Amino acid sequence: MNKMFRPVLAAVCTFGMAAAPLAVHAKPLTEIKFGVDATYPPFESLSPSGAFQGFDIDLGNAICAELKVKCVFVAQGFDGIIPALQARKFDAVLSSMTVTPDRSKQIAFSDEMYNEPTSLIVKKGSGLTPTAASLKGKTVGVESGTIQESYAKTYWAPNGVTVVSYPGQDQVYADLLSGRLDASLQDSVEADYGFVKTPKGVGFEFGGNATIDPKDVLGSYIAIGVRKDEPELLKKINEAIGKIHKSGQYKTLEAKYFAFDVYGATPEGQ
Amino acid sequence: MIQIIQQYGIAYLAWDGYRISGLAMTLWLLVLACCIGFCLALPLAIARNSKNPLVWFPVWVFTFLFRGTPLYVQLLLIYSGIYGLEFVHNTAPLNEFFRQAINCTVLSFALNTGAYTTEIFAGAIKETSHGEVDAARAMGMSMRTMYRRIIIPSALRRALPVYSNEVILMLHATTLAFTATVPDILKVANDAYSATYDPFDSFSLAAVIYLCVSFALIFGFRRAERHFLAFLQP
Repeated sequence: MNKMFRPVLAAVCTFGMAAAPLAVHAKPLTEIKFGVDATYPPFESLSPSGAFQGFDIDLGNAICAELKVKCVFVAQGFDGIIPALQARKFDAVLSSMTVTPDRSKQIAFSDEMYNEPTSLIVKKGSGLTPTAASLKGKTVGVESGTIQESYAKTYWAPNGVTVVSYPGQDQVYADLLSGRLDASLQDSVEADYGFVKTPKGVGFEFGGNATIDPKDVLGSYIAIGVRKDEPELLKKINEAIGKIHKSGQYKTLEAKYFAFDVYGATPEGQ
Repeated sequence: MIQIIQQYGIAYLAWDGYRISGLAMTLWLLVLACCIGFCLALPLAIARNSKNPLVWFPVWVFTFLFRGTPLYVQLLLIYSGIYGLEFVHNTAPLNEFFRQAINCTVLSFALNTGAYTTEIFAGAIKETSHGEVDAARAMGMSMRTMYRRIIIPSALRRALPVYSNEVILMLHATTLAFTATVPDILKVANDAYSATYDPFDSFSLAAVIYLCVSFALIFGFRRAERHFLAFLQP
């Protein structure tokens, strides 16, 4: 390269680097592109006509309405969703993503969107709740290898609750029906859609969410992920989430999908 | 591998933190099933050789049913099927018994091994040499005494090699126990697998434990054969 151009190039580069952040700040927020893996009903899925639908999508639209910006949803497989966010294919991840320490190293997370709580299913009218005191002397079924198994064995088994592990969740429900189990502990969404709302689950109800978790067995909540270099966007999203809660819109949307509290289920001690 | 042993070693062998698991549970199932099966098989084997069809036919039906269906199906039938019946729920002792997973498991294992053992013993009784029976008759022994002193001891000795096989097959069959939620060695191996995502080490550890038990059983039975079957040796 000709020596003459070097200072020019340097100047262009310097200007470019300095100008880039300026441009981000200067650009008013007109739309948010959300990356979505639409294979996970009832949170996000595609309707027969190909439109995005689900609890996450409704929340995303509510956030956009709150911020008065346009909402765009971009389909993206879950395993590549963080790299795609880093590559600026979209501005935020809205796809039932649980906050984990590993992911937090890569991207920033908003405030809690919701939590897929761990909840207890009991016979209607039995009055059992997910605490060791209430379940003492009772038999609780869990699926082998799940966080719910760890939870029940960590907090309940040492306190006089009989915890029985099953090879599969179906067998847990089968023994709940047969009467061998007094209660079962599992992911609430699975329980709701897979059992309580089915004809088999007629005589059963939710006994509550497992909320006491000082040893952090159940992990964290679900949130929106954004790039770490965009604290402005994160701040706006958090403000919008706060407003949605305040206005009662969150409760309305929640009731549309769930029979239980999908937000307040965050285990204590986080 | 070392991590799995450190974390799950005790669970593999005896205790998963709040109840018996792993090897101890497997051995407990094996011993109970084989003892009950043996006690069941002895009288049934004699009945199987009876000339009265009212006696031998029910035994034949029993062994046919339990040898003709997979143990897995029998376990599911007893664990889920029987407990699902209305009258079992309404009869207090039955309800109490079938509610416990371990009872169902031991029952199905014992009936299964009992059926096989019945046929093994029945075959050995049938093969008792005519000379021994004739000699016993000539001594004026009653049928009862003859069975007690001659036929059964002789038959049990001759059945030993085949019976040892049945016990080892039973050991392998105990891997079905977790189907009925009983935490045997394989359940602990599954736990280790789902915690570490290391299937090779988790299941090899289980395999090594089963191998050790099989080896101990084979060793014990060979010793017993040498002792009890000395008279058959060349």
